[in-house]
Order: sequence, then structure tokens, then C-alpha cells
Amino acid sequence: MELTDEKIIELKEKANDIRISLIEALIIAGSGHTAGPLDMADIFTVLFFHTLRHNPQKPEWPERDMLVLSNGHICPVLYSTMAHAGYFPVEELKTLRKFGTRLQGHPHRDFLPMLETSSGPLGSGLSQAVGMALSDKIDHGLTGERRIYALLSDGEQDCGQTWEAAMLAGKEKLHNLIAVIDRNNIQIEGYTENVMPLESLSDKWRAWNWHVIEIDGHNIEEIADAFEATKAIFGKPTIIIAHTIAGKGVPEFERDYRWHGSPPGKGPTDKVPAEKQGEVALAELRTLGGKIKSEHQ
Amino acid sequence: MLNPELKLNTKMFDEKVEQVPIRQGFGEGLLAAGGKDLRVVGLCADLTESTKMNLFSEKFPNRFIQVGVAEQNLASVASGLAAMGKIPFISSYAMFSPGRNWEQIRTTICYNDRPVKIAGSHAGISVGPDGGTHQAVEDMAITRVIPRMMVLSPCDSIEAKKATIASVDTGTPVYIRLAREKTPVMTTEATPFEVGKAQVFWQTMRPKAGIIATGALLHRALLAAKELEKKGVEIEVMNLSSIKPLDEIAIVALAKKAGRIITVEEHQIRGGMGSAVAECLAKNFPVPMEFIGVDDQFGQSGTPDELIEHYGMGKNSIIKAVEKILKR
Repeated sequence: MELTDEKIIELKEKANDIRISLIEALIIAGSGHTAGPLDMADIFTVLFFHTLRHNPQKPEWPERDMLVLSNGHICPVLYSTMAHAGYFPVEELKTLRKFGTRLQGHPHRDFLPMLETSSGPLGSGLSQAVGMALSDKIDHGLTGERRIYALLSDGEQDCGQTWEAAMLAGKEKLHNLIAVIDRNNIQIEGYTENVMPLESLSDKWRAWNWHVIEIDGHNIEEIADAFEATKAIFGKPTIIIAHTIAGKGVPEFERDYRWHGSPPGKGPTDKVPAEKQGEVALAELRTLGGKIKSEHQ
Repeated sequence: MLNPELKLNTKMFDEKVEQVPIRQGFGEGLLAAGGKDLRVVGLCADLTESTKMNLFSEKFPNRFIQVGVAEQNLASVASGLAAMGKIPFISSYAMFSPGRNWEQIRTTICYNDRPVKIAGSHAGISVGPDGGTHQAVEDMAITRVIPRMMVLSPCDSIEAKKATIASVDTGTPVYIRLAREKTPVMTTEATPFEVGKAQVFWQTMRPKAGIIATGALLHRALLAAKELEKKGVEIEVMNLSSIKPLDEIAIVALAKKAGRIITVEEHQIRGGMGSAVAECLAKNFPVPMEFIGVDDQFGQSGTPDELIEHYGMGKNSIIKAVEKILKR
């Protein structure tokens, strides 16, 4: 599908709608993660509204691309994107984290079978994606059309299992596997380079025989182009290191690791008082950071 | 006497009884399952020959994946394969899988509802000279506690082959516990096997106690029963190879008939098969119990026989436990 200027604008607006919905859900839930979901909204939008071969009306379509969310804690963005794509009603986002909900605090297939995996504990998503890619290799020798996408956080680059999976994917030359790292530089206890330095991240992945692409994770065109470019890679899996701004879309929350695990209303109060955080976040998103004067423009 | 209905190996009490490692049965079972079902794939963490997965990998190299010494990855890659409709078997030493990779098994296999089959070889203390690091005596406890997981602990190579083949179509995760050493063959190809069914191997008219044994120690329990018979003490011996699901009906029936139960397993007493039996009996039909197993200790180097004796799991220890429980 060609990425026209109109389509780019449409995707930007969609990403903003997805951010608004996930913030609304987090405010009602009263717990959950804010920074990661906000900063991955652009990538989720490109995947679900441009790149993925999928059918929200037939989630079990056997030939679909597979999307594995490894860092399950950013599921508000997954749920919000799925709802906007038509997998379930947007209204259902209000049940996030409530008793009986299909939208568990961390994704669970028992409750929402259309999820490809249940996740939460970090570091095991890439392995599962490798298994999916290997299954197609066994069946079709890597000539199939299906692609397996794994979404990882930078924090889970601390996990040994991530590198076990990386080694195997390189060994097996899985060019049907594309992984994305949300390089937002934060994790729950601080900035990644303070908690456990990761750089040079790209050199590490190259060392395991991966093709490495680095992008601005908020530039719709760059995101879409990167996914498209992976189709030309043969004999290697691809890692897309997406440089993102933690909490993207709400300037008061951006680049602050304290927003990793807090919902609006329970975040750090030095910039915005707790009771105003939800209101401020929604106002920023609805006016695109003040670019639009009226919410109804 | 041996239960005639089960068509057991009548030569099992001979001094020259045929001995085969239980893991060999896994290798043969996987080879047979792989030949019948293209969904079956094998994954191993650098122990293909040790776990006898080499029988499968040599015949079906296209369906075999060598992941290297990476047991966490082993479990989760298998989960991904299962997500695509494959029936993955993963093998390593029990200490490392399901030992090292327990959380990956819990979350990416069981919580995720993926029917991965986990073959843990070198389980028990009879691993021998390698020492305590390699002797998994906690594996049944940590697997049976996970929802959806089936736990099978075959008594010999023939039963291991049947358990492996049966595990293909359970639709659930399965843990299959395997031992390294050559062990006496007690069953035959004609012996029935069904997941979830316990079988009384040694029957008597008026048993004073019932032994419930799992794995290779079943043979020592049968030897004990035979010796006790000579002393005029009648007991029954049950083979419990399906730890989960548990055959509660058969266990309660044995408790009702014998009035006292002794469990025998090459595993920690805490959390193992004996605990599972105790949970069942405490709820349904409480009777006095004794527990033969490793008593809250780690293993060490030695020959399998030396270790079985040292940790109180040999024939004489079983006889002593019977004599003790008869006084209760």
C-alpha cells in the first residue's frame, strides 16, 4: 500500500486518537503504565493501519502476520489500537484492569483470545516470535508471505533471554522476523544508561547477525519505510531501533522515567498536581500540544 | 502376586532382568510420534544425545532445532512453535528444564495455553557421580503446581515410550520425568497405559498396607513386597505414573482396602508425588501414611545404588517403613 501525504495525515490523527483513548482508559483504571504506551502509539498505528496483513473481523485468519508484544505492560496502547482498528468496541477500553475485563492489566489470551501471546514478565516475547518464524521456516523454508513482528522495550534488553533469542534468530537466518525496540531510554527505576547501560545497542544486534535499522519512532513515514525496507533483507532478521520520547504527546510527562509505571492522577507532582494530570494530558492531546485552539476544530 | 491383567514382565524379579534407561523410551516414543504426526517438532539445549532426542533429530533434521545452552529460550521458542500449530517437545536435564526455565514454562507455555511437552531427563538422585547440581529432586513439585500442566513419571522405558506418544494429543502442556540410569523393565508392550490411570502391579488378598511408587523405585517397592510376602506380610503395590491428573478413585480404593499408605519416589518428600497422594487422602479418606523420598537435602556424588541407600530409598528402607506403619 502506497503511503500518500493524505495517508500520513490520517495516520497521525489516528495515533492521536489512540493516545487519547489510552489516557482515558488509564484515568478510569487508576493504575497502569503511561510513558511506554504514549511513545509507542505511532508505531502501533503504522503497524495496524498500514503494515500488518490482518483482518480485525477475522482475528484467526490463518495467513495473518503475527504481532508479539513482549513488554506486556504497555498493553494500553495495544488495546487502544486494536479497538480503533475494529477488533472490539472502543467503549470497552473503559474496562481496562477492572474485575472481569477482557483487558487484563497485562495481556492474557484466556480473556482475549485474539491476542497472539500472553505477556508481562519481560524478555520472553522475542523467543516466542522466533518460534513462530521457525514454524514457517519448517513449513515453507522462509519463502512464505507471513511476517512475524516482535515489539520489545529497551529495558528488557537487560534480560539474558532476549540475547538467547537473538542468537538463535541469527543462526536460523529468520528474515521473516522483524523486531522493534522502543528506545525511550527509561525503565521503571530510572534512565536505562544509569540502571544498566545498553549502548552500543546497534553494535550488539549486528554482532548476532541481525540487520539493524535506526529510526525516529514518531515519524510516520520513517516507521512505514523501515517496515517496507525489511522486505528486501535476505538471510537475516531485522531489528528496528525506534528512538522515541517517553510519554510522547504530553509535554509535561515526556522524558521522565517516573511516568513509566504511573497513570495520570498518580504520577510525579512537581510539574502537574495529581488531580490535574488527567485533564492536562487530555487537553494536550486533544489540542495537539496547543497547536489546535479548540478541541472541536 | 503380579497383576495378571496388566501383562507385566514376569522376569522382573530375575537377577538378570532386562535393564534399559527410561530416557531411551522417550527417544523411541518421540521417533514414533514424529513419524506419525508432522506437527511434532523437537528442540534441545545441547543435550540431544543425553536425552535420546538424537533418535528424532537424526531421522527428522528439518523438524529439529538446536537452541544451544539456553533453556529459557528453549521453553519460549517452543511456545511460539505451538502457537502456529506445532506440537513441540523440548528436552534437557530436568534440573535445567523445568528447573532453570520455570517462569518461562509457567508464563509462555501454561499461562499462554500452549501444548508444549517438556522432557526432563536425569531426574532423581540416581544421576549418580555428576553430583547434587545435576540431580533434580524438586521437578515434580514445581511442575504439578502449575495450572494446565500434566505430569507423567513413567516407571520404565516401555512406559516412557507410551507416555511420550500419549502426550502428543493431550492438548495441554505435559512434563515427562525421565531417569538416566538403566532401570529394570517391569511392563511389556501389552501393558495398558492411560494418562490419569494408576495401576496396582502387586496384588494381595488382605493387604495390611499399600505402597504407591513412581518411577524406577517402583521396582524396589515390588522387591520389598515380594520379600514381605515371605515374612507373611501382605501389601499391595501401585504404579503411579500419572502424577497429574491424579487417579483419585484408585488411590482412595487402595487406602480403603489396605488402610495404610507408603509413598515411594526419587524426589523431595515435600511437594512431590507423596504430597499429591496426601492431598487426595486427607480430603477423601485419611489413613496413616509414610513417605519415602529425599528428606529436605541436596544430593551428592556416588553410584546410583549408594545414593539410593544413603538417602533411605532402597528396598530395606521401604520394608522398614512398612514395618513402622504396621505399628501405627
